Amino acid sequence: MTNDLSVRNIVRKFGDFTAVDDVSFDVPQGSFFSILGPSGCGKTTLLRMIAGFDEPTAGTLTIRDQDMRGVPPNKRPVNLVFQHLALFPMMNVVENIGFGLKRRGMSSAEISKRCVAILERVDLPGYGKKRIDQLSGGQKQRVAIARCLVMEPSVLLLDEPLGALDLKLREQMKVELKKLQANVGTTFIYITHDQSEALVMSDRIAVMNEGRFEQVGSPRELYNDPRTPFVARFVGDNNSWSGEVEESAEYTTICTSEGLHFRARSHRSYKSGTRVDLFLRPEALRIEPKDLTGLNTFKVSVKAILFDGANSRLLTVMPGGHELLVNLPQNRQFDHIEPGASITLGWHPDSGLCFKV
Amino acid sequence: MMGNGFRITFWLFLSPVLLWLFLLIVIPHIDLLLLSFRGESDMGDPIWTLQNYKNFFIEPIYWYTFLRTALYAMITTFCTFILALPVSFYIVKLARPRTRGFLTVLLLLPFWVSELVRVYGWMILLRESGVFNYFMLKMGIIDQPIEMLYNDITMIMGLVYTSMLFMVVPLISVMESLDDSLIEAAHDLEASRFDILRTIIIPHCKPGITSGSIVVFMLALGNYLTPNLMGGKNSLWFTEQIYNQFIASFNWNQGAAFGFLLLVLSSVIIWVGLKVTRQNLGEVAS
Repeated sequence: MTNDLSVRNIVRKFGDFTAVDDVSFDVPQGSFFSILGPSGCGKTTLLRMIAGFDEPTAGTLTIRDQDMRGVPPNKRPVNLVFQHLALFPMMNVVENIGFGLKRRGMSSAEISKRCVAILERVDLPGYGKKRIDQLSGGQKQRVAIARCLVMEPSVLLLDEPLGALDLKLREQMKVELKKLQANVGTTFIYITHDQSEALVMSDRIAVMNEGRFEQVGSPRELYNDPRTPFVARFVGDNNSWSGEVEESAEYTTICTSEGLHFRARSHRSYKSGTRVDLFLRPEALRIEPKDLTGLNTFKVSVKAILFDGANSRLLTVMPGGHELLVNLPQNRQFDHIEPGASITLGWHPDSGLCFKV
Repeated sequence: MMGNGFRITFWLFLSPVLLWLFLLIVIPHIDLLLLSFRGESDMGDPIWTLQNYKNFFIEPIYWYTFLRTALYAMITTFCTFILALPVSFYIVKLARPRTRGFLTVLLLLPFWVSELVRVYGWMILLRESGVFNYFMLKMGIIDQPIEMLYNDITMIMGLVYTSMLFMVVPLISVMESLDDSLIEAAHDLEASRFDILRTIIIPHCKPGITSGSIVVFMLALGNYLTPNLMGGKNSLWFTEQIYNQFIASFNWNQGAAFGFLLLVLSSVIIWVGLKVTRQNLGEVAS
């Protein structure tokens, strides 16, 4: 498979501050690639360099094997869906969509034909004559994407385009975007700080922090096998303990600061006495397990029930005051649990992961 | 009760404006309008007549001055716009926030000095024995001093100079509301710089351009000082004709008629301008 975008050792400095620090990655043709990171991690700077609004201090950037150094945005085969969409308010929907084609000098008959086709594709047939302010948030979203897709870019860049939508619509647009990408087959590079957006839509995700890529992988890899503590904390929810390594064998045995002994996985073996952080997903904690063999177990008391449908959780506290989130399956099995109750939790050593601090 | 109190306050605050409008605008204009229809019969008796307006249409010099003034005022407006657009774009979009305030003050500064003094400043620079000629002679660029005053180009330059601020200020205020990402989006969609100017910046700035243009056009059309001092006797500005009628010929009736013709002219041109650009005054004013 060929790569639509190749980035090699790209660096962007603003004075003393390094916004993007030696980042390399490839995006294969037709894939949905997300860059996930907290605000200020450099992801927007990276995106702007790909779009051509910013030039890297060092490193190379090639799109379909063409070096992009010095190529202005209007000459690059990429299009950007802006965070606030940047639809032209002085034009109606077709004028917005046809804007780029018109700049290419295409005949107006051909432009209107393509506009009709792309409006069909984003599920807005007959919306051509509407003014931008007559559209709803989700419709604007789709017009903004249509305006870029009609240019048939090699790569479509999306800069947190769902950020401005309300929650319900955002959930809906996530699925729609994913479907749209599968339909048109254009390579999407999607920037977000919302891990759920990235996990739901992407084929591959790069987790970015302080200008560097922490880990690049499929959503499942990132979730199940984070390679760095940052990824473990940032992608999905995690409970954590800090402690010291006692023994490193098939599993790493650690003694937490509360004095509990746990066995868990780690990517490498640590010498005993090494300070580590242990991460554990809320869904890995089993409430009152029947079979305790091979599990790490301990007692907690329930502080509150955080009911949220299928995503319900228990907020529990360990004797030392350490708080833990525990998934509460909604199969009515645990309906008897009330705040204040004392319960036993167990988890399999495979689900916990240790990192050196 | 509430409604009543509100009404009283409303009229209380409105009354100075109404008084001002009535006393200083409406009454004098009614008087001027009446004057413009007055004349003398062959016997020397005051009569109602259209003769003052007829004179304007019969005498070519009046006509010519009238059209010339309108045309030059339009040219001035256009030149001011062409100059003010990049200036305001620079101030709003390119300059750093700190420099921005400084630049705006720099623009305002000349207006603390009266127009008369500023025009004399230009004259000191441009006249035959002026600063420019002195240095050009010194440097050997020319060997005879050139008279740079008293021609149409100098006059238009002077008018543009005096009107600049009235175009820049409304342009700055509309440009502030222009989202940078619109410009970037257009750039991303393969638009050239000129395309962006034509399709994004100018349409967005339209209300500011219109209000700026109306103000500049009115100021240029009604300007007396600058055309007279910088254009000299050749300036043939219509306000000069009005002045001459009132002061030199002491023909107030003729002057009043000219004044009204100028008012009609400016109104018609602005109306046509708004029609052509498909705008209405309410939108521009808001």
